[in-house]
Amino acid sequence: MSTRHDGVDPEREATVRALVARYAVHRTALLPMLHDVQEHLGYISRQDILTLADVLNLSIADVHGVVSFYTDFRTSPPPPHRISVCRGEACQAVGCEALYAATLTAYRESVDTEVTEVFCLGNCALGPSGTADGRLLGRLTVDRLTALIPPARA
Amino acid sequence: MTLAPERDFGTPPVTLDPDQGVAAPVMVTIDGIPVSVPAGTSVLRAAALAGIDIPRACATDSLAAFGSCRLCLVEIDGARGTPASCTTACAEGLVVHTDTEQVRDLRRGVMELYLSDHPVDCVGCADGRCDIARLAREIGPLPVGSTTDPTTDPTTDPTVAIDSVRASLVGLTHGDASRDDSNPYFTFDPAACIVCSRCVRACAEVQGTFALTIQGRGFDSVVTAGGTDFLGSECVSCGACVQACPTSALTEKTRRALGPPTRSVDTTCAYCGVGCSFRAEVQGEGAATEVVRMLPLRTGGANEGHSCVKGRFAVGYAAHPDRQLQPLMREHIDDPWQPVSWEVAIERVADGFRALQQEHGPGAIGGISSSRCTNEEVYVVQKMVRAAFGNNNIDTCARVCHSPTGYGLGQAFGTSAGTQDFESVEHADVILVIGANPTDAHPVFASRLKRRIRAGATLIVADPRRIDLVRSPHVEANWHLPVRPGTNVAFVNAMAHVIVTEGLADDAFLAERCEDVAAYLEFISGPEHSPEATEEITTIPAADLREAARRFAAGPNSAIYYGLGVTEHSQGSTMVMGMANLAMITGMIGRKGVGVNPLRGQNNVQGSCDMGSFPHELPGYRHVSRPEVREIYDRLWGVRIAPEPGLRIPNMFDAALAGSFRGLYVQGEDIAQSDPNTRHVEAALRAMDLVVVHDLFLNETSRFAHVFLPGTSFLEKDGTFTNAERRINRVRPAMPSKVGKDEWQVVCDIATAMGYPMTYAGPAEIMAEVAATTPTFAGVSFERLDALGSMQWPVEDTESTGTPIMHVDGFVRGRGRLMLTEYVPTTERTTRRFPLLLTTGRILSQYNVGAQTRRTANSVWHPEDVLEIHPADAELRGVASGDTVELASRVGATHLRALVSERMPVGVVYTTFHHPVTGANVVTTDNSDWATQCPEYKVTAVQVTVANAAAHRGR
Repeated sequence: MSTRHDGVDPEREATVRALVARYAVHRTALLPMLHDVQEHLGYISRQDILTLADVLNLSIADVHGVVSFYTDFRTSPPPPHRISVCRGEACQAVGCEALYAATLTAYRESVDTEVTEVFCLGNCALGPSGTADGRLLGRLTVDRLTALIPPARA
Repeated sequence: MTLAPERDFGTPPVTLDPDQGVAAPVMVTIDGIPVSVPAGTSVLRAAALAGIDIPRACATDSLAAFGSCRLCLVEIDGARGTPASCTTACAEGLVVHTDTEQVRDLRRGVMELYLSDHPVDCVGCADGRCDIARLAREIGPLPVGSTTDPTTDPTTDPTVAIDSVRASLVGLTHGDASRDDSNPYFTFDPAACIVCSRCVRACAEVQGTFALTIQGRGFDSVVTAGGTDFLGSECVSCGACVQACPTSALTEKTRRALGPPTRSVDTTCAYCGVGCSFRAEVQGEGAATEVVRMLPLRTGGANEGHSCVKGRFAVGYAAHPDRQLQPLMREHIDDPWQPVSWEVAIERVADGFRALQQEHGPGAIGGISSSRCTNEEVYVVQKMVRAAFGNNNIDTCARVCHSPTGYGLGQAFGTSAGTQDFESVEHADVILVIGANPTDAHPVFASRLKRRIRAGATLIVADPRRIDLVRSPHVEANWHLPVRPGTNVAFVNAMAHVIVTEGLADDAFLAERCEDVAAYLEFISGPEHSPEATEEITTIPAADLREAARRFAAGPNSAIYYGLGVTEHSQGSTMVMGMANLAMITGMIGRKGVGVNPLRGQNNVQGSCDMGSFPHELPGYRHVSRPEVREIYDRLWGVRIAPEPGLRIPNMFDAALAGSFRGLYVQGEDIAQSDPNTRHVEAALRAMDLVVVHDLFLNETSRFAHVFLPGTSFLEKDGTFTNAERRINRVRPAMPSKVGKDEWQVVCDIATAMGYPMTYAGPAEIMAEVAATTPTFAGVSFERLDALGSMQWPVEDTESTGTPIMHVDGFVRGRGRLMLTEYVPTTERTTRRFPLLLTTGRILSQYNVGAQTRRTANSVWHPEDVLEIHPADAELRGVASGDTVELASRVGATHLRALVSERMPVGVVYTTFHHPVTGANVVTTDNSDWATQCPEYKVTAVQVTVANAAAHRGR
C-alpha cells in the first residue's frame, strides 16, 4: 500500500522517461528499456525501477524481478574501472581459472576497479578472454590487464 | 466443524462451454479408474476427481498450473517420459499411471532436494501447517544407504526415516535467511520457502496486485515483495499469498503465536457488502474462545476463496479492551456512566419509552436499525418499533448510503436490489464503473473485476478522482470520464443521448420489455442532453463520452457497477434511474455479464432494507399503505400497523429539535459521526429525553445517550447477512455472546417489558417468520441455507435454490419503466468563499467510521484521515503534503493533514471519514436526495487554508 513516488529525483526521472519514450508501451519493451537506462545512466536505480513500472503500468515487483534476474543489470553506480574474465568451458581449457584468481588478487586492494566473472564472450578461439572497461580482449593475461588498468592502492 | 482443509483439486476447473470450444467431456483412465472430464482438464485434477491425490507442492486449484515442483509426475501409456500431471491436459482415451516404481523413484529424488533445504526444526512441519513433512511421509525419501521404502514397509516409522534423511543431507541451505515480520498480520520466513511461486501467482492471478516476485535466479532465487519488506511494498495484505503457501514460509502471526486451532466455524465476514465466506479457526470454548485465523472459503459464493485485509485479518476488535460488556446507565448525559444489570437497563428503557409516549403521544419515540446486524436482528427491531412502539418510526443507516438504490431500482425494475450475481462480471465485455472505488471499498469484488479486465474486457470509469482502476499495474481504463461531483445525471443523460440519437439503442428490447418508451426517447434526444452541451457541466470531454457511449452500446455484454458516488447526491435516486434507463435502452438486463449493480457499503445493507427497516415499507419492500400487506402482520402480531409512513432519520432529528420526538433506540450506527452536519445531529440528540445506544463500543453517539446496551460482534452472532448480490449467507457463532445476551434477545426483552411480549426460540425461528410473511423469502430457512451454502433472493418456494440473475424473462414489475431524468444542479455550489468541492470516500485498510478497523493493526496503513488536493489548488494556497490545513464549509470546519495528489482533478478535494478526530461530517451539509433524503456527502463547497505548516518544511 505504498505510494509509487517516494523520494523522487525529478531530473533523473525525466531523463529515464525521455530515454524510453521511443518504445511501445508494452511489457515486452522492459528489457530494451533497462538496457538503455543502464547504458546512459550507468546503473538502474530503485527510482528507475519505479519510473519504468509506471511507464509500462507494471508493478514495482515485476520490474524488480526482471532486474534482479540478470546479473549484468547493476543497481548501484559502477566504479571507474570494470574488468570481466570469462570462465566458460573453452576459456577454462586454456587456463582462465588461474587467470581469474590472479586477477582477483591483483585488484584486491583496488577500490576503483571491479572484477567480475562472465560465462562466454563469444571469443572462444582467442581465449582466455575478458573485458577491460568494456573493451573485449583475447589471449588475456594479468600483465595486459594491469598495463591497461593499473591497480590502485586503497 | 471440520479442521480439515477444503478439498483442493490441484488445477482450476475447465467448464463445458461450446463457445470456448469445450463441447464434450472426454474419458480417461487413471490407475484403472475411468473418469469423465471436460477436455483440457489437467490429469492432476482428473485424478483428484477420481479420488487419487497425486503429490504436488506448486499446484492449487485457485491458480493456473505452473509445473515447477516436479512432484506430480505420472506415466502415460504411449507417451514419452514422465510428464507433470498438472500441465498435462486430458484427451480422449488417455491411460495414466500415477504410482509406478519409476515415478515413485523420481518423486523421492525431488523430495530429497526439498528436504535438504528445509529447516529440520520447521515448526510448521511439526504442527501440521507445512506440507513438506506431509509430502515427505507420502513420498517417502529413502534414508541414505537403506533400500527399504518407508511408505510401504510397515516396520519403518516414516517420521524417523525422514528425519534421518534430513540429517544425512549436507550442503548449502537457506537456513540463515532472515524473517520479514514487517506486516502486522503475517510473517515471511524464507528459510521454510520452497520457491514454488504460489504466493507470487496468487498475488497476480487471484488478487491482481502483482506485489510479489522471485528475485535473483538459481540457488539465490527468493520470494520478495518487490525488493523491500512486505509493509513497505505494494502489498495490500489481502492474505492470498498466505492462503496459497504450501509451507510455513508465509504464516499468520496469530497462527504462529497460538498454534493449531481446536475447532472451526464457517461464517460470513461483517465488513463490506461483498459478504465473503470465511472459516473461523478458533481455540478454546465459551468465553475463552480465541480466533486463531480467518480462512476465506473456496465454497463461498461471493468470494470463492479470496479475501481482503479487513475480513482476513482485522477481527481483533471483537476482543478489544474498549468493548463494553455491561449495560450502562445515567440520569443525564453529563453524568458519568454507571454499570447496571440487564434487568435494570431494560426496565429503564421500557419505562422511559412508555412514559414518553404517554406524555407526548405514540409517535414520540422511534428506532434505527443497523446494516451491520443480521437480518434476524433487524427484523425484530422493526417489529419492536411497529408492534411494541406502535408506530412506523423505524429507519436504518442504509438511509445515508443506498436508499436511492432501493427507490430508483424499485421504480425502474420493481425490485430494490442489484440485478446480477458477482460471478456475472466474468461474462461482461464492457464494464462501466460509476462513483465506486472497488479496489478500496469492495476489494474482493475488485479482484474479480480486474481479472476480467486483464482478460480483455473494456473498462470505463466515471469518477472525479483517478482511482486505482483508472490505472494501476496491469489494469488501465479505456476511458476515464472525470465527472464533476454533483453532475452524474447530466453525464448519464449524455450517455443515453448518444446511444439514442446515433441509433444504437436496442429497439426490440424497448418494444418488448419496457414502458414509457416514446416519452423517454423524445426527452433524451433533446439537444440539452448532448455531450457537447453537458461538457461544461460535467467537465467530461464530449468526444470521450461519445466514444465511451458507443462502446457501451456495442457490448455485447455491458455491465454497470456503482457505489455511493452515485447515491449520496441530491439527485441520487435520479441517477439510479438514469443508469437503469441506460441499461434498458441498450438491452443490458436479464442475462449474465450485464445489469445494474450497486456495490453495497455495509455487510447487510441489502438485508436491513429487505427486512422492512424503512419507515414506509414492511419486509420485502411492501408499502405500509397496502392493507393486504398490513393484514398479514396485523394478524400474526396481533396489532394494528399504522398505514402512514413513520419518520426518516433526518425527520427524527428535525422533530427532536421541534420537541415532538423525545426517545430513540439506535442499534449499531454512530449517527453522530456518520451522519451529515454533525452539529445538527448533536443538537437533536441533546434535545431528546431518552437516547438508547446498542453497540460494541462507546462512540460519538453514546456521548448523548442515557442508556448503553452492549452489543455482540459477528463472531458471536447467529443469523444471516444478505450481500450486494442478494446472497443470503449464514453467520454462525464462533463463541457465545460476550455480553450475556444476543442482540435479538435484548430487543425482544425491551418489547416485552413495554407490554408487547416477543419471544423466539432462536434466530432460525425469526427467519421462519420472515419466510412465512415475505414472498421473496418464502423458501428460505436456516436448514436450507446450511444445506445449500447460500441462496440469492427471491427464493419463492422450497423448490427454488435462489435467483442469481434477475429480470431474465420479464421485469418484476412487468415492464421496465423508463423515467425522465432531468438534471437539476445541486444547490451546493462553489463560490468565492468556498471555491472547492469536497467529496468523501473510503480507503482499503479502514472501514466506515473506523469503530472496528481503528481497533486493529490496520491503522499502520492509515493512521489518520488526509485531505487529497490537486497540485495546482495546493500551490495556490501554499499547501504542501503533510501540512495541517483547515477545511471549512458553510456549516462547519475541521483540521486535517494535506496530501498533494494528481489523482484529484483541479477544484475537487477528497477525504475519508474513518477517524472521529477529523470529523469530516462536521463540514458536510443538510442537502439530501430529493426522494429518499440520502445525504449529499459527495458534494460540499469548501475552502482549504494552511493551518500550520509541517515541521519538515523549514529544514
